[in-house]
Amino acid sequence: MTAHGLLLIGILLSSFVTGIIIFFLREESHAFRTRLNLAGAGVKLVLVAILIWEVYRHPGPLGTIRWTMLPGMDFALGADGTSILFVTLSAILWFLTTIYAVGYLEDSPHRSRFFGFFSFCVSATIGIALSANLVTFFIFYELLTVSTYPLLVHRGTAKAMQGGKVYLTYTLIGGAVLLLAVVWLQSLAGPVEFAEKGILSSLAESHGFELRIIFFLFIAAFGVKTALVPLHGWLPKAMIAPAPVSALLHAVAVVKAGAFGIIRIVYDVYGVQTASDLGLLHPLVILACFTILYGSLRALFQDELKKRLAYSTVSQVSYIVLGTAMLGPLAATGGLVHLVHQGIMKITLFFGAGNYAETLGVHHVSEMNGIGRKLPLTTISFSIGALGMIGLYPFAGYISKAYLKSGAIQAGEEWVTWVLLTSSLLNAGYFLPILYRAWFMKPPKEWPKERAFGRWETHWMLLVPPLVTAILVIYAGLFAETGFTPLAWVKLIAARESGP
Amino acid sequence: MSISPHAAIILLILGPLTFAALAFLWPRYWRWFCFTLAPLQVGAVVKLALEVYASGPVRHHVGGWTAPLGIELRADGMAVVLLVITAGIGLAVMLYASRYFDPGPGQQSAEGARRQKYFWPLYFFLLASLNALFLSADIFNLYVTLELIGFSAVALVALAGKGPALTAALRYLLVSLAGSLFYLLGVVLTYGTYSTLDISLLASRVEPSFVTWVALGLMTGGLLMKAALFPLHFWLPPAHANAPSPVSALLSALVVKGAFCILLRLWFEAFASMVTPAAANFLGWLGVAAIIWGSIQALRQPRLKLLVAYSTVAQLGYLFLVFPLALSESSGFTAWSGCLLFLGAHACAKTAMFLTAGNILHAAGHDRIRDLDGITHVLPLSVFAFALAGISLVGLPPSGGFAGKWMLLNAGVSQGKWIWVTAILVGSLLAAAYIMRVLNHAFTRVPEPDIPNPIPPVMEWTGFTLALLAVVLGFFAQWPVELLRIGSPFVSVVQTVEMLP
Repeated sequence: MTAHGLLLIGILLSSFVTGIIIFFLREESHAFRTRLNLAGAGVKLVLVAILIWEVYRHPGPLGTIRWTMLPGMDFALGADGTSILFVTLSAILWFLTTIYAVGYLEDSPHRSRFFGFFSFCVSATIGIALSANLVTFFIFYELLTVSTYPLLVHRGTAKAMQGGKVYLTYTLIGGAVLLLAVVWLQSLAGPVEFAEKGILSSLAESHGFELRIIFFLFIAAFGVKTALVPLHGWLPKAMIAPAPVSALLHAVAVVKAGAFGIIRIVYDVYGVQTASDLGLLHPLVILACFTILYGSLRALFQDELKKRLAYSTVSQVSYIVLGTAMLGPLAATGGLVHLVHQGIMKITLFFGAGNYAETLGVHHVSEMNGIGRKLPLTTISFSIGALGMIGLYPFAGYISKAYLKSGAIQAGEEWVTWVLLTSSLLNAGYFLPILYRAWFMKPPKEWPKERAFGRWETHWMLLVPPLVTAILVIYAGLFAETGFTPLAWVKLIAARESGP
Repeated sequence: MSISPHAAIILLILGPLTFAALAFLWPRYWRWFCFTLAPLQVGAVVKLALEVYASGPVRHHVGGWTAPLGIELRADGMAVVLLVITAGIGLAVMLYASRYFDPGPGQQSAEGARRQKYFWPLYFFLLASLNALFLSADIFNLYVTLELIGFSAVALVALAGKGPALTAALRYLLVSLAGSLFYLLGVVLTYGTYSTLDISLLASRVEPSFVTWVALGLMTGGLLMKAALFPLHFWLPPAHANAPSPVSALLSALVVKGAFCILLRLWFEAFASMVTPAAANFLGWLGVAAIIWGSIQALRQPRLKLLVAYSTVAQLGYLFLVFPLALSESSGFTAWSGCLLFLGAHACAKTAMFLTAGNILHAAGHDRIRDLDGITHVLPLSVFAFALAGISLVGLPPSGGFAGKWMLLNAGVSQGKWIWVTAILVGSLLAAAYIMRVLNHAFTRVPEPDIPNPIPPVMEWTGFTLALLAVVLGFFAQWPVELLRIGSPFVSVVQTVEMLP
């Protein structure tokens, strides 16, 4: 086993083993569990940093780990530029969300169970990022489905169980469709390894019809977790989950796994050129645009804050799909970079929503009058996330949208720029009223359910994570063109993709 | 160990048989017998597996007489895989049962002592007959083992000694006898026509004819009754659900599989030359019906053990998809080995499920699914084991159930047989639905329930270990598949396929 192989295994196991140990801890050992969680997340961060350096030094994918499960079925891990984007996002946001979750769940029951599955959930996400072939991807994709369910229904109320049921119904059917697509593709092309520029160009002539159907199956399968309309129904219902889960679900774990799957299928399995030759990209662009507008429109009419954010996710994740589906390096850059940008912005918003609910008992937009004065730091970070989502300079969202716009023009799909503009207006339409209420309207005499936290506006563990992610949102936007940002990394991927 | 593979074969049959007699004569020393036999059995199986893997199938002529006169035993890849499964499940059930009937000092009741007295001889006897079945190379021998298995299984069901269990046992007995009778008629017809009972000799002599069809039809019909394929499954749910839990596990994991394995031997070896797609499709359709019907019934059962039993009906349906899928020249071996892999994964998962269901039944005093709220507080490990076993039953990766389904799906897709493909996928979703019916109760929030009857740790850990094994089996699926290749009826085909680019 090579050193790189050990590194990949280490990144995967740093959360998986943590999860296993946590399951066997007694419910009362809070301090030890917290230390273990943070240690696992910290180790992962360090290992990921080493991995980034290694991938940066070696053009081309890093040496893989391989284990034959069955003839024609290898379990294979590897790391390329695209994996790094997702791995880094997961590792950083897991660390922050762990802190947040420890603060959020203080004094609530079943914490061992929660953090055990929480760790499994992140391991699955990391596994998805590091999969070197389609079968391995499928294994982790299903593991994600299973490990997320206990988190969604954590509260155990009738409503939570109902939301969980809807989630499982959608995702398990999606999983079955995905399995069919994987098996079918393998019967045509042999074991599918991810490769730059795809592996199917030689089959496009002879098996065009089958490849189109299989592509449709892939999009249908990944569309469930990506929440592409009309497969998005589970996402607003999943809002019943505790705030840290929603944060992770919308920023890293579930919806991103679907989007990442679409990226892999388009770039590394079909190859963007082959997909375009087969006429597969244009329908995907239309679907993405429809989802973008539909999600934003529905968000306008939600009074429940988390529901509004959920529909916003439906809309925003489709930007990634949109960038992937348009031919040309600029659009690709916009889509890939939004994978990270949407993550840090959305998690900031969900952290904020969680703070409002935990500290003041505020769940609805209509209750948020003057909340900026009560929780200034939370609301500042929330505002940064919201303005970023709208796509204003100098926040991260601006960069994504700028690249998507130029990409649309480069790909010859000018009409998409109108979709982007409309969506920005709609984003402004559902975010600005919140900010107006929060900062400029008079606070009520009494909040629905206020808890006092002494010196700080809320528990420090709830306050630090959104502040950090808000700073990241500004950093990724303001210093986008400097050396160490998501954009710089995506440009590196693009340069290697188009290189020799 | 330096015993010869022939000695291992003999040991696998005579060992448990001897201990059955000993346990009957001196029931008080059952613990000694258990812990002597277990290492012997495991050692013999391992020895045999290594030998077969290294140097191909082993044939043993009992008393030195060769076929057609003597009794011939044969250990090929399939036999060895099944022996390993039997040894593993047998060991787990032994550990579980060592506490199940004997809850600890001071708690021993007269009833428990009575059950224990009869359980161990029957258990050893069942193991011996199962091992003999998997090793038999002629169709009359198979009949004898089938009868022996039938009798010990019925007696084990009757151990529960209560009204519904006795009714179920009686019904099981009648079905089992009828099945054996049909099978025996088929054997007689075959012998009359071809003057041999040896499977490999039959394979070279069999020609399609009316009498041969009637013979195969009779044998198949009899075996379908014993393997509980829809619509002949009616006896299974009450028998499996009312038996003591370790017995339920043995029945669901091993006993029904015995009859199924004879079907595999008949259809793909002895009578392979005359099997038509129409006949194979017929079995496939019954399998699909079993998947759908068993799952729907599982969704409707009020009691946990009944749900698990109906799940067995559904999962057995998958096994029968092998008949239409393995007829193909190119992917026949994939389907056939996938089916046996599925069988092994199901054996592990189903044993785990029945053992945990037994724990729940014992701890809560009932197994009504809707009153299971809060059972996680009491038996976290058992509920976790149930969930893991469920993962394998649903076929989620990386479980053994997934690997088996993957191979069946591969065969189905590459042959363009979309009906079987759809059935496999829909069946998985239905399985998820009935598993979640139970698991949802693990998450509902209730006040701390009363202190229940305590469960000895070994009863929780055996189920958990098996469930874990079922879940990680997919990672090691390469090994059984390699083993199955040895002496399989598909070998020649497999080699040509591998040379393709």
